[in-house]
Amino acid sequence: MLQRFVSRHPIWTLVIAIIVAGLVWLIFAPWSEGLEDAIGRKKVFLNAVFGGITLGALYFLVAAGFTLIFGLMRNVNLAHGSLYLLGGYLGFEVSEATGSWLLAFPVVFVVVALLGLLLQHQVFRRMEGEELRQTMVTIGLSVVLADIMLWIWGGQSYTILTPDILSGPIELPVISSIRDDTGAITWFRFPAVRIAILIAAIVIGIAMWLVLNRSRLGMLIRAGVDDREMLAASGVRIQYVFLAVFAFGAGLAGMGGIVGGTFQSLTPGEDTRFLLASLVVVIVGGMGSIPGAAIGAIIIGLSEQLGLVYAPTYSVVFTFLIMAVVLAFRPQGLLGAGR
Amino acid sequence: MAVTDQPPPRTAVEPGPWNLIERVHPAWWAVAFILLVMPLLANDFWLFQVFGWTFILGMIALSMMFLAGYGGMVSLIQMTVAAMGGYMVAILGTSGVAAISQGLPWWLYIPAAVLIAAAFGTLVGALAVRTEGIYTIMITLAIASAFFYFTRQNYGLFNGYSGFNLVVPPMLFGVDWRGAVPFYYLTLGCAVIAYAAVVYVSRSPFGLALQGVRDNPRRMAALGYSVNAHRIAAYTFASVIAAVGGILLVWQNAQISPGTAGIPAVIDILVIAVVGGLKRPIGPFIGALIYVVLRTFSPDVLLAFGLSGERFKLVIGIGFLLIVFFSPDGVLGLWEKWQNRKRHDPLKGDR
Repeated sequence: MLQRFVSRHPIWTLVIAIIVAGLVWLIFAPWSEGLEDAIGRKKVFLNAVFGGITLGALYFLVAAGFTLIFGLMRNVNLAHGSLYLLGGYLGFEVSEATGSWLLAFPVVFVVVALLGLLLQHQVFRRMEGEELRQTMVTIGLSVVLADIMLWIWGGQSYTILTPDILSGPIELPVISSIRDDTGAITWFRFPAVRIAILIAAIVIGIAMWLVLNRSRLGMLIRAGVDDREMLAASGVRIQYVFLAVFAFGAGLAGMGGIVGGTFQSLTPGEDTRFLLASLVVVIVGGMGSIPGAAIGAIIIGLSEQLGLVYAPTYSVVFTFLIMAVVLAFRPQGLLGAGR
Repeated sequence: MAVTDQPPPRTAVEPGPWNLIERVHPAWWAVAFILLVMPLLANDFWLFQVFGWTFILGMIALSMMFLAGYGGMVSLIQMTVAAMGGYMVAILGTSGVAAISQGLPWWLYIPAAVLIAAAFGTLVGALAVRTEGIYTIMITLAIASAFFYFTRQNYGLFNGYSGFNLVVPPMLFGVDWRGAVPFYYLTLGCAVIAYAAVVYVSRSPFGLALQGVRDNPRRMAALGYSVNAHRIAAYTFASVIAAVGGILLVWQNAQISPGTAGIPAVIDILVIAVVGGLKRPIGPFIGALIYVVLRTFSPDVLLAFGLSGERFKLVIGIGFLLIVFFSPDGVLGLWEKWQNRKRHDPLKGDR
């Protein structure tokens, strides 16, 4: 796929390569005085870049389920943000009750996945192919869920405590600054929990890619994305595949809630924020494409954090502009299949 | 002699005032009469808070119904366009924030606000028509929330979190238009004009072409109609209605802030339009009346049942869920079903 892209769009490949190389150079090379005068200290920049990438990892966790569900079943689940927030609250309760951060992940995954099963079986199956009705029903569901969560957990914000092993910063092999007089190198320090989450998101992403492309279940899912009727006609019980994918996507959103509750906070508005983020990520990356979701998440996370540091008023506008430009030139998204 | 070219013989009904009265269903005359004499029946709270708000929300939902019902495009941007109109009135006219408000005369800032909001709506429409169905919903929702976050962060133009207060209608003809009775007639007048405009446009060649585009865009394109141009023009028309509604909304609340066009408000407009029914222009007003009555009185009812008054959202959400689950055409759809069942004759089959 990469080779085909390079041979078909040589100029774009060059532009993308130059941008990526420039970014890598900015991250790893020590900055000269003139550069620091022009765009500020390197530490600020590094913080924004790493913050953006970890935020992108969180967006990816939430959006991957959304894009998978949409790609396979054409189900529009606008209650996805509610699943995220519910997962976060449940994770908070579990980790408070048991004192174990890691235990919260499997518990929340199972509980939210069960809720997903219920949604797919009781709601979406009844209105297959009726996109507009699905949208309306899931909007109604998200309103109801949001109010029930507000009822139970109230309006205050919650933060899930990081476990002791992951609290505090770790040093990364990236130069933050070099003292002129002594030549001593200060390495860049970044919260360990965020690095752990980033690694976990990469592992989950690769695992998803492997399952989709190398296993029998993945084969069924990909066949279902391409032609649902034909797959059903060849004897596969497609409803079971649907249930599995929906449960997995919902559980992933729930786990995203724990992650979000750990390095940000859980408040009543977060569900719409993450629904919006998922929407923008999959619109930019392309509906139904896991690599697309990864690229979209990184782009949106980076633009949000860099925008917040270098142009605070307009950070939202950057996100929106990226979406508008992608829509204008590639309506199906960066890696979306042209339909 | 080409038989088919002959126009059908006109029915011999003289056009005249009596004919007009006969052509319109008596129920409409009754509704019009009740609405006109309402200030004699209801107190100021009902006039200003319930009916004024109903007409305003009804107009904004009407603009959405026009796009969804006749254009086949469910756009969640209408509340944002309305808020844009409201913000422009606050920015170009007078408000409590003297540093930003320009203080232009009313005959300048009202048309300017409508124009700017319509231009904004057209721009969003031009972007949204590149997509179909569910994508349109997602993109308009994303733009609407971008607008919300932008107005909350931007202090130079939109005055950030606090927004604008003391935005009142101009004292025209010596009338205080925020008084209950004048405001009632002002919103009623605007709502009737908007309703009539939508009915008229839906029967005009443009409206018919738009409905053709909704039903079969490829055939309309093959017939030589520009599909995208019709859709974008529909956005422009709907934006004008939404902008007028937004201006009235600002005058009613006397203030505007980012929350006016927040996600809950955007969803509320969708709820109103869907609950009322997306097939007829009267639907949004019925939906708005139900919504406003629920919103105004459900806290009291909930308190009477020993629940917190804040749970009214739960009531509205569950009501919305039930309606979309059982009757996708809203309350009007339920009404039609009931009518059909009444007409159903077991001996003759259907009808």
